Amino acid sequence: MTFSPELEAKFARLVTHYPPGRERAALIPMLLFAQDEVGAITPEVVQEISRRLKVSPLEIEEVVSYYSMLHKEPRGRYHFQVCTNISCMLLGGAELFEYLKEKLGIDNHGVTPDGLFSLEEVECIGACSWAPALQVNYDYHHWVTRERLDRLIEDLRKVS
Amino acid sequence: MLYNEPHPLEVRVLTRRFGLPNSQSIDTYLATDGYVGFRKALEMPPERIIEEVKISNLRGRGGAGFPAGLKWSFVPRESPKPKYVVVNADEGEPGTCKDRVLMENDPHQLLEGMLIAARAVGAETGYIYIRGEYRYIIEILDRAIEEAYARGYLGRNILGTGMNFDVYTHTGAGSYECGEESALLESLEGKRGQPRIRPPFPAVSGAFGCPTVLNNVETFCAVPAILRDGGAAFAALGTPRNGGTRLFALSGHVNRPGVYELPMGFNLLRMIEEVGGGIRGGRKLKAVIPGGTSCPILKAEECDVAMDFDSVAKAGSMLGSGGVIVMDETTDMVKVAVRVMRFYQHESCGWCVPCREGTIWLRKILERLDAGRGQPSDIDLVAEISRNMLGRTFCPLGDAAAMPTISYVQKFREEFEARLPKKVAVETPLVVV
Amino acid sequence: MEELVKLTIDGKQVEVPAGTLVINAAKAAGIEIPAFCYYDGLALQAACRMCLVEVKKAPKLLTACTLVAQPGMVVHTETPAVVEARKAMLEFLLTNHPLDCPVCDKGGECELQDMVFRYGAGESRFLEQKVHTEEKQFSPLVYFDAPRCILCYRCVRICDEGLGVKALGVVHRGVYTEIGPNRGDHLECDECGMCIDICPVGALTSGRYRYKTRPWEMQHVGTICAHCSNGCKTTLGVRNDAIIRANNRDRSGLNGEFLCVKGRFGFDFVEHPERLRTPLVREGGELRPVNWMQAVALVARRFEEIRARGGRIGVIGSNRTTNEENYCLQKFARQVLGTNHIDHHRTGDVVALVDALAGRTGALATTGDLYRTRAALVIAADLAQQQPFLAFQLRANWRHHGLRLYAVTPGPVREEQYAVRSVRCRPGEELAAVEGLAAELKGEPELVILFGDAVKGELVHRLVAFGDSLGIPVKYVCLVDYANSRGAADMGLLPDLLPGYRPVAEAGLERGMALPEILAAPDLDALWVVGANPLKDAPLASTAAFVVVQDLFLTETARRADVVLPAASAYEKTGTFTNVCGEIQQLRKAIDFPGAKTDLEIFGLLARAMRAEIGPANPEKVFEEIRATVPGYNVALPVLAAGGAAPSSPQNGRVPVEWRPELIRSARDTLFRSGTLGRYSQALNSVTEAPGELYRG
Repeated sequence: MTFSPELEAKFARLVTHYPPGRERAALIPMLLFAQDEVGAITPEVVQEISRRLKVSPLEIEEVVSYYSMLHKEPRGRYHFQVCTNISCMLLGGAELFEYLKEKLGIDNHGVTPDGLFSLEEVECIGACSWAPALQVNYDYHHWVTRERLDRLIEDLRKVS
Repeated sequence: MLYNEPHPLEVRVLTRRFGLPNSQSIDTYLATDGYVGFRKALEMPPERIIEEVKISNLRGRGGAGFPAGLKWSFVPRESPKPKYVVVNADEGEPGTCKDRVLMENDPHQLLEGMLIAARAVGAETGYIYIRGEYRYIIEILDRAIEEAYARGYLGRNILGTGMNFDVYTHTGAGSYECGEESALLESLEGKRGQPRIRPPFPAVSGAFGCPTVLNNVETFCAVPAILRDGGAAFAALGTPRNGGTRLFALSGHVNRPGVYELPMGFNLLRMIEEVGGGIRGGRKLKAVIPGGTSCPILKAEECDVAMDFDSVAKAGSMLGSGGVIVMDETTDMVKVAVRVMRFYQHESCGWCVPCREGTIWLRKILERLDAGRGQPSDIDLVAEISRNMLGRTFCPLGDAAAMPTISYVQKFREEFEARLPKKVAVETPLVVV
Repeated sequence: MEELVKLTIDGKQVEVPAGTLVINAAKAAGIEIPAFCYYDGLALQAACRMCLVEVKKAPKLLTACTLVAQPGMVVHTETPAVVEARKAMLEFLLTNHPLDCPVCDKGGECELQDMVFRYGAGESRFLEQKVHTEEKQFSPLVYFDAPRCILCYRCVRICDEGLGVKALGVVHRGVYTEIGPNRGDHLECDECGMCIDICPVGALTSGRYRYKTRPWEMQHVGTICAHCSNGCKTTLGVRNDAIIRANNRDRSGLNGEFLCVKGRFGFDFVEHPERLRTPLVREGGELRPVNWMQAVALVARRFEEIRARGGRIGVIGSNRTTNEENYCLQKFARQVLGTNHIDHHRTGDVVALVDALAGRTGALATTGDLYRTRAALVIAADLAQQQPFLAFQLRANWRHHGLRLYAVTPGPVREEQYAVRSVRCRPGEELAAVEGLAAELKGEPELVILFGDAVKGELVHRLVAFGDSLGIPVKYVCLVDYANSRGAADMGLLPDLLPGYRPVAEAGLERGMALPEILAAPDLDALWVVGANPLKDAPLASTAAFVVVQDLFLTETARRADVVLPAASAYEKTGTFTNVCGEIQQLRKAIDFPGAKTDLEIFGLLARAMRAEIGPANPEKVFEEIRATVPGYNVALPVLAAGGAAPSSPQNGRVPVEWRPELIRSARDTLFRSGTLGRYSQALNSVTEAPGELYRG
């Protein structure tokens, strides 16, 4: 399979970052970047990266199944990652997560039928002092409230 | 950008450029004494650099508090192998968000710290291992790295001195365990984030089996100031054996949560009251986790403590990563215990028996207790399972799960007892702390 | 001299070489420190935390499996704190363990059971729901039950480090961590089953053995594998005259615990439904069952008849019968039948090597040498496929001692994973390629050369001359195919050589016909085939020949026979085999197979019927005669009796034979093929990897 020219260029640079013979080091970044573009770690992605880095599919599975950000199933276009860890919990993170479940009509790890939204309860995302916080894809949202969530979802619906 | 206002009580050494226009750019950096420390280091023999860091009493800001200069001195300079500088930017300790702002607001400070370390140990390659969620920080760092190459601070023959140093960012993909230094190195090499058997320590056999200096973001960020102003000046900012300032991430039930740079040894109660603006809604303080969830909790009456490694240890907890989580009187300690254990269970890599099996067992008991389905023996069992993990796991994650849990059930036992189902419906008032 | 370190363990003074791990230092002092994940020869894990010990001045308990003994160290291995910690680890392990011991194959030989028995933790405080996943079938031979798994990672390491296959990995994380196979939901591997036997619990179980018996209901018989030439000891679990399983967990043989798929699962040919149970005699064009007396009488009468009229009798012996049987067969042929037309399927040019090494001693490498030599050269052989134990030895040598391996092969081989040099060459150009390595090889302190059937006749001499030119000690292994291929040559199943490579002229005989000539002789009067299937590949020219076949199955050759005599397999008899490296080992009889007789018994019956004297048909007696008369076989009997391997050492002058390279031909069996026996092993044929091919890397 082929990736976009931008990603190909990124991969080409990436493998030069590590000592000769240690190209496997590029595996996790490559998987994550490929996932960003393709939407999931599909069997094709595994096959392609296996071929490029000379890492067996089993070794890739060992890695993919270990890291929580890597996933084999596609997610929604907007993936809501709600932190409910301690600092966020103290300020209503868990309630926000419940609210989102209800509002989007999906459970943890669920995807809305239109494929627009997906939801995940996540561990600390490093926004503790500005809690409660969540990430939509890679974007941070701090001091989240129900009202802000409503607005955010509305805006995201509009742009798509 | 800044997410919270600075506070007048702050002593801004590492955060001195925060809030400056274009604080990320090399021009701003150079205009504000940027790379001065590195230029000084270029004039110094490597041993002198390490000596200066030792004098500064800089201790590892990731959580363990190991003296940075001593750690660097373990790197065998004469080894024929290549040497590496690796930054632990896998900030994941719940309650901690300081490295993120350091990298976001002043990326060149980190690069300069790396350059000085590289010079000290003779490294020619550096990696910044950043947690995958911090994607935008990777972009900021990549831009800073590009600038540094363009201005001759990175690459071949740096500033005409013959020194070579390349720096690359490297993303993680979701694993708290990768914050443990040997697991981070495994992950950097493209493997599961499982910690390595130590010894050998990374200083001797780290990245790709080669000698490696591995420190937290904040630790590296302190180094330019140490070289620029001298180790003694940095040391003087803190308390004996605890040099300098450190970034505290204040979170929870305070009026002004935020990341603040304060001198080592700053009083915790004062931090909450004055810097944090006191407890929200005028409520009473109940407890504080002083350094991220891996640290035992301090009850309100234990919080009159100087925030340095030794004083907090004396108080029965740890300074840890500087994540100060403040809880008011309404806080449900059983829920805190459950949430913290859910985290460690989720992040346990599964390699060793006591952590893999202990965290899930504890989580299940605590969840059952929380749901009102506990048994009287459960409370002691939680403490005993935790003790059975303590000091016996492969890496510190097991201790990090066990230590705070012991503190919850010991210090707030009555709350756990209050959750037990009542056999006889006797109305007894809930114990309120 | 090795540096020694003195330390104290449980009050005992222990002195061990520097670098020794405390767990092994304790073992040397007779103190057993328990461990699941620590495994001799494999990478350290420190995962099970069972080996925690108290070390003076250490703030906490330390893992003895990673702790290097230091001078003056004071270690306690059974203090209350240690015992309490071990008990805690066991309690942890049992929380999510299904505790289904009553229906678990491993029950009775489970290390987890043993450890709980030793340390207690018999009371459960775990009230929660266990983490559970369904059992998975990784292959027809390998099943995996994750809930029983204690994640010691032995299976992962033996497959990766030991075999170089890397078919097992660790997937998911935390309490959901599992062992995973390399092809999504199934395995594609050597199917050796090493993972099953190394598993301390019942997580990995054998598709052939599961739910068949309890371990204590079996007798355990250690004998030699019937398949390839490597001579692995295999311990057969026998119940009611049936072989239930094979393994070598007691590490009793030269192979330690190593077995390949054939050794561990390929024993099932013995009970194949088509196994011959009665003699057959051709009547009216069809083979009909008769009793042994009738069959033997018929063969004796016809042999006597043909001998009396000076007819030509060809005898083809076996790569799989014992030394005693081979010795008797050639003796019978030469002394009773008066024929020297005797041969066997030669799979490597042992004769040329013995000739080229004439007058030397110690120039034949043993399997042990392969583990110790500093350098080795593999020529024209896919060891992992054809010589699995030799491949395992070399790999272990590389892992433990940094063996420097050179490979010259026509295609990719697994040894290339770690070879310091690998050269691909066109078939026929092997030696030229080898000679190109002279400069590098000269730099090695010593060398073992293993060569396949491409190196034969004159080329063997050229190879030995090359070895001599290196100026370093060189030992050789001439690779052959089957369990007693080497013994067939040693015992004189050759038209020009007597046992011990003595020329037939010594016995006043003329050189006889070789195998292809026997088959092609239009005037052949009788053909006697013992444990071989020559007509699979070539027709028998003589239509009138009286054909007698001794075999386990109705092979292509047996179908042409006038009399078929059902033979016992290696697992049904005693005697000796000589492996590819010339090491002699004793077979022990595991079962009786009704209706079949050992080839030796059959020779005895025939001799008696022909009123001929070939000596007693008793393996021990025959071996005594071999020891007395065959050069190189005068080995120490106690070594054999104790289940050991005794290296034979051919000592002779030149072997004056005509080089016949065209007679040397390996069957090119893969891991999943084993000549006739392999065709009748359901286990070998059940796996998706079968039949496999050579040189796939």
